[in-house]
Amino acid sequence: MLKVLSCSSTPLSYFLQPKACLELQRDGIQMHAVAGRYTKISARELEHVNKYPNAEVISLGIGDTTQPIPDLIASAMSDYARSLSTPEGYKGYGDEQGNKALRKAIAQTCYRDLAVKDTEVFVSDGSQCDISRVQMLLGSNVTIAVQDPSFPAYIDSSVIMGQAGDFQYNSGKYRNIEYMKCGPPNHFFPDLSNTLRTDIIFFCSPNNPTGHAASREQLEQLVEFAKQNGSIIVYDSAYAAYITDESPRSIYEIPGAREVAIEVSSFSKSAGFTGVRLGWTVVPEELLYSNGFPVGHDFNRIICTCFNGASNIAQAGGLACLSPEGVRAMFSVVDYYKENAQILLDTFASLGLKTHGGVNAPYVWVHFPGERSWDVFNEILGKTNIITVPGSGFGPGGEEFIRVTAFGNRETILEASTRLKSLFP
Amino acid sequence: MSLLNHPSTSISSSSSAFLGRDHRRLKTRPHNVLLPAKRSWICKCVATPPAEVTAYKTKVSRNANMAKLEAGYLFPEIARRRAAHMLKYPDAQVISLGIGDTTEPIPDVITSAMSKRSDALSTIEGYSGYGAEQGEKLLRATIASTYYANLGIEEGDIFVSDGAKSDISRLQVLFGSEVTMAVQDPSYPAYVDSSVIMGQTGQYQKDVGYGNIEYMKCTPENGFFPDLSTVPRTDVIFFCSPNNPTGSAATRDQLTQLVQFAKDNGSIIVYDSAYAMYMSDDNPKSIFQIPGAKEVAIETSSFSKYAGFTGVRLGWTVVPKELQFSDGFPVAKDFNRIVCTCFNGASNIAQAGGLACLSPEGIKAMHDVIGFYKENTEIIVKTFNSLGFNVYGGKNAPYVWVHFPGQSSWDVFAEILENTHVVTTPGSGFGPGGEGFVRVSAFGHRANVLEACRRFKELYK
Repeated sequence: MLKVLSCSSTPLSYFLQPKACLELQRDGIQMHAVAGRYTKISARELEHVNKYPNAEVISLGIGDTTQPIPDLIASAMSDYARSLSTPEGYKGYGDEQGNKALRKAIAQTCYRDLAVKDTEVFVSDGSQCDISRVQMLLGSNVTIAVQDPSFPAYIDSSVIMGQAGDFQYNSGKYRNIEYMKCGPPNHFFPDLSNTLRTDIIFFCSPNNPTGHAASREQLEQLVEFAKQNGSIIVYDSAYAAYITDESPRSIYEIPGAREVAIEVSSFSKSAGFTGVRLGWTVVPEELLYSNGFPVGHDFNRIICTCFNGASNIAQAGGLACLSPEGVRAMFSVVDYYKENAQILLDTFASLGLKTHGGVNAPYVWVHFPGERSWDVFNEILGKTNIITVPGSGFGPGGEEFIRVTAFGNRETILEASTRLKSLFP
Repeated sequence: MSLLNHPSTSISSSSSAFLGRDHRRLKTRPHNVLLPAKRSWICKCVATPPAEVTAYKTKVSRNANMAKLEAGYLFPEIARRRAAHMLKYPDAQVISLGIGDTTEPIPDVITSAMSKRSDALSTIEGYSGYGAEQGEKLLRATIASTYYANLGIEEGDIFVSDGAKSDISRLQVLFGSEVTMAVQDPSYPAYVDSSVIMGQTGQYQKDVGYGNIEYMKCTPENGFFPDLSTVPRTDVIFFCSPNNPTGSAATRDQLTQLVQFAKDNGSIIVYDSAYAMYMSDDNPKSIFQIPGAKEVAIETSSFSKYAGFTGVRLGWTVVPKELQFSDGFPVAKDFNRIVCTCFNGASNIAQAGGLACLSPEGIKAMHDVIGFYKENTEIIVKTFNSLGFNVYGGKNAPYVWVHFPGQSSWDVFAEILENTHVVTTPGSGFGPGGEGFVRVSAFGHRANVLEACRRFKELYK
């Protein structure tokens, strides 16, 4: 048994329904059980399936893409894989920062007219990994702010890096994390005048789980706020492809953002690459630490030391994604999911429920005022055999809400819609 | 629609002109200054000078741990030197025996599986989204049965990754900043560098290494196995066998000592077995062949050097159920949480390739490629032996560790590069214990290896 380890106690996540909370002396890591959440949902699903073996459970829970990858993208990967068997085509280690052509394509296609250079683009094996690498870069002494609710990886990685302080059961929050509530009263944009300064601000738009896409004005405020406070925004734009209206698709559409923001993005939800694994992070040259040292230099060092590049086959797929034909193909799949979202929006609205999101993101955020989200989750599962995600899993600000994903094939979504309509007969 | 009542000021575009538009390649630090030193040339990268006062700076402090790192990571530096050399001698046929990068095509049986999986992803029946973060079930099971049969290691103990380098950092994140670590000296730089980044170490001291790291010297004198009786206790011990860079493989006896040492001290061994399939001698290929190892060791491995997957990215880490923290909590449970939070699984296409690697045909194909590189190794070993050098390694690993007593390894590196246009790796890049040695890697097309050896003979005849 490992002898060491100065540790503080490690409560399990509030995600798990309150029972015994084990206080464990480990290595000071406070584990917020994201794994626990999905485990818990999976456990509930299993329990339900065991109880009702004939039930056809529909999962609108985890945001996993379901539609096949467009042909031209898949065949680019297929061809590339085969070429690795040839002397001319074989490639060993790639640049840790990513294939040059792909970096250029990302800069030119995703940041056209935004002056992002290929040298500022770092190709990755996906946002979840990048977020943790950004956290490693920043270290344990920074303070962070997150939207509330938010994608759990920001908080969880913060906890793991030792930034977050103790978990407080009464509030459901970590002591050192600034939770910026985002809800209907504030149009899903935090009241920055009531937000404490933190070093880092995680901001996801279009948002997982609420589906809200911040407006230009909102993002201008955010950049200004960061500038005044000398903070760094980590902007998660993984769902930018889902934007329907004029909302900015990149933080760099906001003047001044290059000096205050890192942007993380992904091919997962636009190309169906959830299993293929490909994304990128932009660190502008102008982004400097307080001593003037460029953040990008250190991020590069992290990439070279803690990573060895995204799979070259995935990168070949990425390049195909960004060809004109590839972009069209991706948007066609995105549109399919958006149509799903509209169906779900209409369904919940027809039940008299207040719905949010679903227009600029593949998530529908449904409000059940006064109810506990786990109770609603259980009720929906029990009555309709549909798995959703209880909003409290995304933070205390998610209580009273349920997230329903719009990923799924059309028949499934339509079937779900029929079942949901029976919720309140 | 503004929510707050203050005017939305137009923030002026950054004054990036002040940073100087020199379009630095972020890949490497911009300036390398050779500082003359008593015993060795140290290549020191001068940090970029702070930007002009008028450039906007955030108020976020630079992570002090990053500032501790001496220069860039070793291999991009080698690549930079190689590139500079090629610019200087545009007509020279530069041969790379530096970075240990595989060169031979991936066997058909493996790439066709990856090709098939790619194609399947564009079909309704064949499409799959998120995989289990720990890896696809069948692949985990097959890794267990292929490499750990009869060792009590099962599917659930295997965590598939995008390679050993990423795994090493995830293990460091798991351990946190309060642990102490020991490494072989010399060693693969990722162990030390990731330790620095995690804040486990003190400052760097020239010729000594980073404070708070226990450097276990591995030299010809001690048969490249540390004298454990003189090694203080650390929480974690990184051990790589067959070794990169020395090529040395630990015997059963030695590993038994190591496991006992870890047991006595309550330490965790992180055993890097990435080159196990290169073993010629009858040494253990897995730490778990040593009784008691499951209670003290984690093992990490990779398809990189077996299947030419250096670009494809696939590896695995074994965390036995029996391995516990001091409070009895299973290490595997926390590693699982790290994997679920900081990672999202290896590429499903790469995993399909991995499965094909472990089919009977795939294993045979991997052995063929490994055999090819081993022949390269023999050629290199023979060459340096014939020139009168003391040569180590080369038997159980694709690396040849050549001794240049009394010389600075960066000097030798530079001399070899300048005179033969062959890239090697200076031993001091692997730690102070590597000074006086140069690592020659045996990955390369046969013709290049033969040509390189011919040039070595010219230079050192």
